[in-house]
Amino acid sequence: MSETVDKPRSFQEIILRLQAYWAGKGCAVLQPYDMEVGAGTFHPATTLRSLGSNSWAAAYVQPSRRPTDGRYGENPNRLQHYYQYQVLIKPSPPDLQDLYLGSLKAIGIDTELHDIRFVEDDWESPTLGAWGLGWEVWCDGMEVSQFTYFQQVGGHDCHPVSGELTYGLERLAMYVLGVDHVMDMPYNDPQAPIALSYGDVFKQTEEEYSRHNFDVANTEKLLSDFVNAEKECHAILSVEHMDPKTGKRIIMAHPAYDQCIKASHIFNLLDARGVISVTERQAYIGRVRALAKACADAFVLTEAGGWKAETESA
Amino acid sequence: MADLLIELFSEEIPARMQKRAAEDLKSLVTNGLVDAGLTYASAGAFATPRRLALSIEGLLDASPTTVEERKGPRVDAPEKALEGFLRGAGVTKDELEIRDEKKGQVYFAKITKPGRPAAEIVAEVLEATVRNFPWPKSMRWGAGSLKWVRPLHSIVCLMTREDGAEVVPLDIDGITSGNTVWGHRFMSSGSFKVTSFDDYATKLKQNFVVLDGAERADHIWHDATNQAFAQGLEVVEDKGLLAEVAGLVEWPVVLMGEIGADFLDLPPEVLQTSMKEHQKFFSVRNPKTGRIEKFVTVANRETKDNGATILAGNQKVLSARLSDAKFFWENDVRTVERDGMEAMSAPLANVTFHNKLGSEAARIARIATLAEEIAPIVGADPAEAATAAKVAKADLSSEMVYEFPELQGIMGRYYSQKAGLPDVVADACRDHYSPLGPSDEVPSEPVSVAVAMADKLDKLTGFWAIDEKPTGSKDPFALRRAALGVIRLLITNDVRLHLDRFIDSQLLLHKIAEADENDGVIDTLKEILDEIAEHGVFGAAFDAISDKLSDAQKDAVNQAAGNVPDTSEDLLSFFHDRLKVFLKDEGIRHDVIDACLAMEGNDDITLLVKRARALQAMLDTEDGTNLIQGFKRANNILSQAEEKDGVEYSFGPDLKFAEVAEEKALFAALDAAEEAIKPAMKAEDFTAAMSAMAAMRPEVDAFFEAVQVNADNDIVRRNRLNLLGRIRDICLSVADLTRIES
Repeated sequence: MSETVDKPRSFQEIILRLQAYWAGKGCAVLQPYDMEVGAGTFHPATTLRSLGSNSWAAAYVQPSRRPTDGRYGENPNRLQHYYQYQVLIKPSPPDLQDLYLGSLKAIGIDTELHDIRFVEDDWESPTLGAWGLGWEVWCDGMEVSQFTYFQQVGGHDCHPVSGELTYGLERLAMYVLGVDHVMDMPYNDPQAPIALSYGDVFKQTEEEYSRHNFDVANTEKLLSDFVNAEKECHAILSVEHMDPKTGKRIIMAHPAYDQCIKASHIFNLLDARGVISVTERQAYIGRVRALAKACADAFVLTEAGGWKAETESA
Repeated sequence: MADLLIELFSEEIPARMQKRAAEDLKSLVTNGLVDAGLTYASAGAFATPRRLALSIEGLLDASPTTVEERKGPRVDAPEKALEGFLRGAGVTKDELEIRDEKKGQVYFAKITKPGRPAAEIVAEVLEATVRNFPWPKSMRWGAGSLKWVRPLHSIVCLMTREDGAEVVPLDIDGITSGNTVWGHRFMSSGSFKVTSFDDYATKLKQNFVVLDGAERADHIWHDATNQAFAQGLEVVEDKGLLAEVAGLVEWPVVLMGEIGADFLDLPPEVLQTSMKEHQKFFSVRNPKTGRIEKFVTVANRETKDNGATILAGNQKVLSARLSDAKFFWENDVRTVERDGMEAMSAPLANVTFHNKLGSEAARIARIATLAEEIAPIVGADPAEAATAAKVAKADLSSEMVYEFPELQGIMGRYYSQKAGLPDVVADACRDHYSPLGPSDEVPSEPVSVAVAMADKLDKLTGFWAIDEKPTGSKDPFALRRAALGVIRLLITNDVRLHLDRFIDSQLLLHKIAEADENDGVIDTLKEILDEIAEHGVFGAAFDAISDKLSDAQKDAVNQAAGNVPDTSEDLLSFFHDRLKVFLKDEGIRHDVIDACLAMEGNDDITLLVKRARALQAMLDTEDGTNLIQGFKRANNILSQAEEKDGVEYSFGPDLKFAEVAEEKALFAALDAAEEAIKPAMKAEDFTAAMSAMAAMRPEVDAFFEAVQVNADNDIVRRNRLNLLGRIRDICLSVADLTRIES
């Protein structure tokens, strides 16, 4: 029984189709954030832009790192470096579920043949001080996306509410392409003169990073890097809002948030190195959350965060 | 009369919330209507993943007009008072009626509240219901501030009468009511209009939505069992899963699939848990072998390939999941086969049980010591009990239990078997957590009983030692459940032991763990610990060695463990409180338990319960109740006389001073009762003792009927008081009847 939908042939084609689809639906297609993050949510285009009253619509691929998931490229589904596709629209449009289902069709999932389900999944990020309600979306029993209506980020209530979609690209692509091991998945067109598999591109790096993350990363340096990032974040935020050079009010929420991202990634590395005990774990998460909250507090005082000049004078 | 149809159509409602939400919708709306004077004949509520629906039949067309009479000021009252009354009642002066009352002429007002059309009330009630709906968790969406479980899209609110249907107008933050309904998300061709509840339910079905959750569940179960039966298999029943799955689909389609041959040798619990938790699959079992061989999944749609694609996808996901489970299982088995269960439990030394109570490994060591001591009392081999305790929690560090915490104990049993340990040890791994709830099965195998008791007693004494007791509704460590577990283990297995002694010794173990090595007190505490086995409680054990101790040593012991007796007593009374709750369900009154608690040996739960059951049984008889009254009467007379005379009448009466026949008869009855009660009490045959006691009733009654205790003759009076003293002594030897409330 052949599917009626035109099927993609490679990992990159799925990404390209998602980009084209969401661009067609009016999203600004952004590029990945240039820092190490654990998930697409950490991109300031999601974390910070979900705050405040300004409307927003963005879609992007975000390379994400989870050092503890490293398996030296051996495990068919687990990677320490992988890609998420992220969509954030504020305010969440009333037809967001339909838009989402349209994106599945765009990448070759025929909803006439598959069983798509929205299964309760409340999302919470203790490190971002964020939570929302929504679902994990199942396709024939497999989780293919997270679908969340943000209620709170960085301790701030979201007004209006953002709708967030997160696709785990490798897993989704493996399903669409019918591949059992991620490393076997065609990265570019298998008919291309130089056909590359996902393994051709990433097997080497998975091995290298797995070894580095688990056994080599310098924990003493990481511990001090964490403290430095934390200090730097607070230091940036404590600077006078008025810039004496330009005479403008410039709150540096983004540079401070970079330090929060950094601290979060260092924490993940320390976790992978196994040097954080169960009790310390909570404390570290609390410290990252404190940074995220401070950055959120700062962002809502910026114009992008919905601040208007007259509100402060009032 | 009208019928009302309400539908609240939203994005997917979590399965676990649907049933309750339908009930809440029904009660909130119907209560609101009735409060406003709109009564109805019947109501039914339904839920699917995308909608809550309510059907109300036989609703009044309007609320009835009501007339209220209100009394006002007197006619001669100041004008101001009248003005205020008119304003409050909303009437004019010429509408008032003047009546003659005792104190003079008084104004009366009749306030007529006209009835209101049903539609108006329905709109108000529904809006209030939507705005205040008690979802366990709700959310906002878009730019609005309305809250619902997930975004709310449309509202149907339709009143149907014989002459047709009309939409009840309603606008909640821009969501307006109508009569448009959407069918299945994928299979329906779109929206449609409805005219009544019947029309709604019928058209929903034509549009691939089964409205009633129970009907969906029935369909799933029926179809699943049929498909399994056709292949000589059976579906493993799981009501919770069935309800959940029925809440995930509007159009259930049952599909049965294969579990890859590679995975069929996994323990059935592993297959079942993995399939249920991750995939929400039912397990399908071969009744001949007990093996799980297939699965049932429930899709939310029909497809032109009859579900082939869906089933293939599900099978693939399952294979990936089970590959993980198989990997864990094989790693775990390799560990225990090569290095034994100890190797598996070794990492528990680094796992904190509680930051004030040390590691899991320390806890396991304490449990093993205690289990070994309890073993002989419950008929278990001490060495086996100790071994079982040492390995019972090893699986907490297995990969499988890390992945599926609910398999703790179950995996321990498999791993113990693989490690070559005896079956009783393996079974204890599985059973030592039991009983978990009040209806959970109680282990009966002696080794399991010993470990299960030790596990719970160590937990209770530990949290008592660090003063983390349950308060109010807070019981984060499930200590009430643990105490009830101990009680049920003792009673069900008819185990006789003095809890005091084990509470004391275990509390002391916690104190030893806590004690500062530098104080040099640990050796002394250990000595006391050894003595407890001999002397029963901490105090006596301490006395036994105190001669050898210097004052400084005594101080150190007091410092480190001086509060053990108080803590122990407090924990024992916690057990007694749990026991009262437990026995209350059996119909045993709290004062009956108090009467038994006041007796010697109340730390022997089994004995306590036997006594309480016998006493309750006696009280349930007429003789018993009357005897208690006789006892109380005797006791009252005695107390008064004893207070007045300043003596205790317990010398034993003399038959030769008995004057009347009833008095003499009572002597005989008391002798007979005593003769029966003494050996019965010795044999702990409380039923016999209680019935012997109750058998005194006719003579006791006759005595009080015929005899005046406070006779003029002092010798006769004293003799009679002493006779009452015998009644009291005999009764109190059985239970403290003074505690029984009349």
